[in-house]
Amino acid sequence: MIDDLTELTIKDAARLLRLGSISSAELVTAHVERIERLDPHVKAYLRFTPELWESQADEADRKIGQGEAPPLAGIPMAVKDVLCVRGVETTAGSQILRGFKPPYTATAVARLFEAGAVMLGVTNCDEFAMGSSTENSGYFPTRNPWDLDRVPGGSSGGSAAAVAAGEAMIALGSDTGGSIRQPAALCGVVGMKPTYGRVSRYGLIAFASSLDQIGPFARTVDDAAITLSLMAGFDPLDATSSDRPGLEVLNSSGGTVKGMRLGVPREYYDVKGIEPGVKAALDAALFILRNAGAEIVDVSLPHTDYGLAAYYIIAPAECSSNLARFDGVRYGLAEVDAPNITDEYMQTRRKGFGTEVRRRVMLGTYALSSGYYDAYYLKAQKVRTLIKRDFDEAFKKCDAIVSATSPTVAFPIGSKTQDPLSMYLCDVLTLGGNLAGLPGISVPCGTSDGLPVGLQVLGPQWGESVVLRVARSYEEASEIRAEVASVV
Amino acid sequence: MEVHVQPKTRTKMFCGCAVAPLNAPPNTYVCEICLGLPGTLPVANKAAVEACLKTALALNCEIPRHTKFDRKNYMYPDLPKGYQISQYDLPMSVSGHVEVATRKVRIRRVHLEEDTGKLVHAGDKLHKAWESYVDLNRAGVPLMEIVSEPDLRSADEARDYATELRTLLRAIGASEAEMEKGQMRVEPNISIRRAASDELGVKTELKNINSFRALHRAILFEVERQTQVLESGGRVVQETRGWSEAEQRTFSQRSKEFAEDYRYFPEPDLPPLEVERTWIDELRRNLPELPSVRRARLLDHLPAAQVAVIGADRELADLYENAVARGAPALPTANWIVNEVAPTGKLSPPENLAELMKLLHDGAITRDSAREVYVESVETGRTPAEIVAEHGYAQVSDESELRVLAEAVIDANPKAAADYRNGKKQAMQALMADLRKRAPHANPKVANELLLKLLA
Repeated sequence: MIDDLTELTIKDAARLLRLGSISSAELVTAHVERIERLDPHVKAYLRFTPELWESQADEADRKIGQGEAPPLAGIPMAVKDVLCVRGVETTAGSQILRGFKPPYTATAVARLFEAGAVMLGVTNCDEFAMGSSTENSGYFPTRNPWDLDRVPGGSSGGSAAAVAAGEAMIALGSDTGGSIRQPAALCGVVGMKPTYGRVSRYGLIAFASSLDQIGPFARTVDDAAITLSLMAGFDPLDATSSDRPGLEVLNSSGGTVKGMRLGVPREYYDVKGIEPGVKAALDAALFILRNAGAEIVDVSLPHTDYGLAAYYIIAPAECSSNLARFDGVRYGLAEVDAPNITDEYMQTRRKGFGTEVRRRVMLGTYALSSGYYDAYYLKAQKVRTLIKRDFDEAFKKCDAIVSATSPTVAFPIGSKTQDPLSMYLCDVLTLGGNLAGLPGISVPCGTSDGLPVGLQVLGPQWGESVVLRVARSYEEASEIRAEVASVV
Repeated sequence: MEVHVQPKTRTKMFCGCAVAPLNAPPNTYVCEICLGLPGTLPVANKAAVEACLKTALALNCEIPRHTKFDRKNYMYPDLPKGYQISQYDLPMSVSGHVEVATRKVRIRRVHLEEDTGKLVHAGDKLHKAWESYVDLNRAGVPLMEIVSEPDLRSADEARDYATELRTLLRAIGASEAEMEKGQMRVEPNISIRRAASDELGVKTELKNINSFRALHRAILFEVERQTQVLESGGRVVQETRGWSEAEQRTFSQRSKEFAEDYRYFPEPDLPPLEVERTWIDELRRNLPELPSVRRARLLDHLPAAQVAVIGADRELADLYENAVARGAPALPTANWIVNEVAPTGKLSPPENLAELMKLLHDGAITRDSAREVYVESVETGRTPAEIVAEHGYAQVSDESELRVLAEAVIDANPKAAADYRNGKKQAMQALMADLRKRAPHANPKVANELLLKLLA
C-alpha cells in the first residue's frame, strides 16, 4: 500500500497515523533505516537523538490512540545545529561549543515538540551559520543528495540535504542571508524564511541578530506552511517577536495567482553570474505563472548592488559582538594553559573558531571601531534603509516578487572555498529579504543539468500568506514536486 | 560625578532572576539569560524603566520620545556576554538639574544599564592572585547611571550632592540607595584648575568608594595630591584611581590615556523604546513631593538646622508634619525629632508623638519622663497618656503641694539659702537640684518660682 514511508507528506502521514495504518514508531523506524543507509554518504546529520525519537514517538502513538493527536504527532523532524535543545549537544557547527548541552529548548523547537514532532537528530551547517555550502562546518562537509560531489548549499545544508534524501520529513533551519532558501534551492526542496519577528529567536544561537530568522524545510509548500504556523507567534522571551496576522490562509487549500501581479526585479533577473540553465528554469516558471493567471510586471530594486556590501558589514558587525561570549570561561572549549586571561581568550578562540568565523569577527570588529563606525556600520544601515524603501516601492506595483533563489545550481565541493567573495555572491538574490525583514520561500522549479533549481517568492512584511499562495499555486500549476533523491 | 544606583525591582534588568540579596552564595541567583548562554535573549524589565523615568522626572530631566539600548563591547570574565547592554547616544533622559544647598547641579543624563558580575581573587592582590573566581549573582542587575555636569566645587558639595540624590531616590521610591549594600556607587571625577581660569584640568576618576565619608575624604585627598603634583611642576595623568579605606589614600588603577574602544552599536535584540507621553504624565502626577520642595515648606516655620535633619529623611519629615497636623507644637516637636528620634531611628506613630508633645508642652510631665514614655510607647505601641497614668509620671504643678516641698528644701540647705539671700544667685542651682532629687515629678518651673518667692 505504501511504497516508502520516507516519501510521505505531513498531510498523508497524519491521515495514515490517524487511520492506524501506520504507527509513529514505524514512521520513525523507516526514517532511521534510511538514515543508516544513506547518511554515511550524505552526512546531513551531526548527531542523532534516539532517546528523544523513542520517547516522542511513543508519546505520539499514545495520543493518536486516545484520539488526541496534535497536528504534527509522529512527524519525523531534523533540527539544525544552531537551535538549542535541552540536554542535546548543540554546537552551531563549531568546535568551540563541542560538548555544550543547553539546559533549555529553543521556543520554535519546543512549540513543534508540543505539536507532536519527533526529533531524529541535529543537522550539519556552516560554523555559526556563516557560509553558503556547509563546507565551513567545524566537523565535516555535507554532500548534495543529487550529486555527492557537490555542496548542498548552506548554511542550513544538513537540514536541506536531510529532507531531500528522505532522512527527515521536515527540518528546521535559520536564514540570515539566504541560509534556508539557497540550500533548499540547491537540494530541490521547499525552504521558507518568515518575516523578521514571525518566529521567536529564543534559543537560536545568534549569528546576526537583526537578520536571523528560523524557518522550515519540507517537500511541499503545505508542509512548510503547517510547520511555520505551529512555531510562529509572539514569545515573551523574544522582544522582537510578534503576533501580527498574515498566516490566516495557511491551512485552507486552494488559492490562486489569478489576478495577482508578480514583480520580476530586473536587477535580480539579470544578476551577474546567473547560469543560463537557471535563467531558463526561471523563464519556464514565469510562463507557468502567467498561464495560471498572474500578471508578470517589471519592477526595480535599484540598490541591489549595494545590498551585498551592506550585508557584509552589518552581519559581521553583529556577529563580532554575538560571538564575544565564546571565551572559554563558562562553557565550551577552554584553553587554560595560558599565562593570562587575554592569552587564554586568544588561544581558545584561535583553536575553537574556523577561518571564516575568524574572518567575519575581524571584519565586524573593524567596522564597529571608533573612527570607522560612521564610514562602515552607519553607512551600511543607511543602505539597509534604502533597500527597504526599494522593496516598499516595488510592492506598490506588485503583490509579490519572483526570482531565482540562487544564481547557480549546486557547485562542486571545494570549488569556492579559496575565494570567499565568490561564496558571498551565492546570497546575492536572497540577502535583500533579510536586510528588509521580508518573508521569502524557495520552491523547486525544475532542473538544470540534472541539478535542482529554486524559484524564490518574496512578499511584503508580514505577507507570508501572499508568498505561500504564490508558491502553492506554482507548485500546483507546474506539477513540479520535490522528489526524494535516490542518492546511491 | 557618575552615580550608579540600583533601582528597586524584584527581578534583574533583562531576565526573570530575583535580584540577589547581599552575601548570597556565589552563582545562586543566575539563569541561562544572565549567564549569557548561547541563544538566549534579553527582555527589558518594565519596573526598572519606570524607576529610571521617575528618577529622571525628579531630577527635572527631559525624556525623549525615543530611546534605545546599545551594546558596549569588551571582554572580561565578569561580563558573560562579552558586552554590557547599556545606553549610548539616546539615553532614557537628558538635561536635568537638582538644587544642592546654594548650588544648582546640572544633570547630563540618567540612563539604564545592567551590572556585571564580580571576580573574587584568591591571594591578597590581583596581580599576585593564583586563582580567580567568577560570581555572576550581580550580572544583569539593573543600574541607573546618573551623570552630572562638572558643577561641583568641593568635597563638601560632592558629598551634599550624593546625600541629596539618596534622599531624592528614597523619597520617590526609586531605590533604597544604601551605599553600604552597593545599591549606590559614586564615582567622582576630579580636576583642579587655576583660579580665574575657566579651563578644567586633567581629571582623574575615583572608584571603590563605599560611604559618604569615604567620598568626602577621597576627594580631599585627591585634590591635595593633584595640587602637589602641579605645584611641583608635574602633570596630572588621566586615569582611574581606587580609594583605599585602609590606607586612606587613592592609588592608580588604570590609565585612560589610551581610551578603550567599546564599539557601541544599537542592541539588535531589543526594539527601540517609544516612551508614551501618557505614561510620563501619569508618573509625573504620581510623583511624591520632592525633598527640595518639602524643605522649602519646612523652612517657613522651622530653623535651618532642624530642616537639615528632618528634610533629609522622608520618614522623619512625615512624622514631623503628621504630628504637627495633629496639634503638636512645631518647634518642640522638631527639636524632639532631631534629638530623640533621628539618632535612635525609633519612629512612633504621629498621633502618639503629638500626644506626648502636648503633655510635655502643657507641663504635665517632665522632659526626662517624656523620654522614657516615648521609648516605652514605641516599644509597646501604647499611648503616652496610658503610660504616664500607669507610672505616675504626671508632673506635680500644684502650688500648695510644692510649697511644702520648697520649705523643706530651704530648711535642709541653710547655707545655700543664706548664700542666695546674700546675692549669690548661682546658689539656686543647688537648691533646685535637691528639690528634683526629692521630687522627680515636680514641675521645675513652678518649684523655682516658689523658691524665689520664699527666699525673697
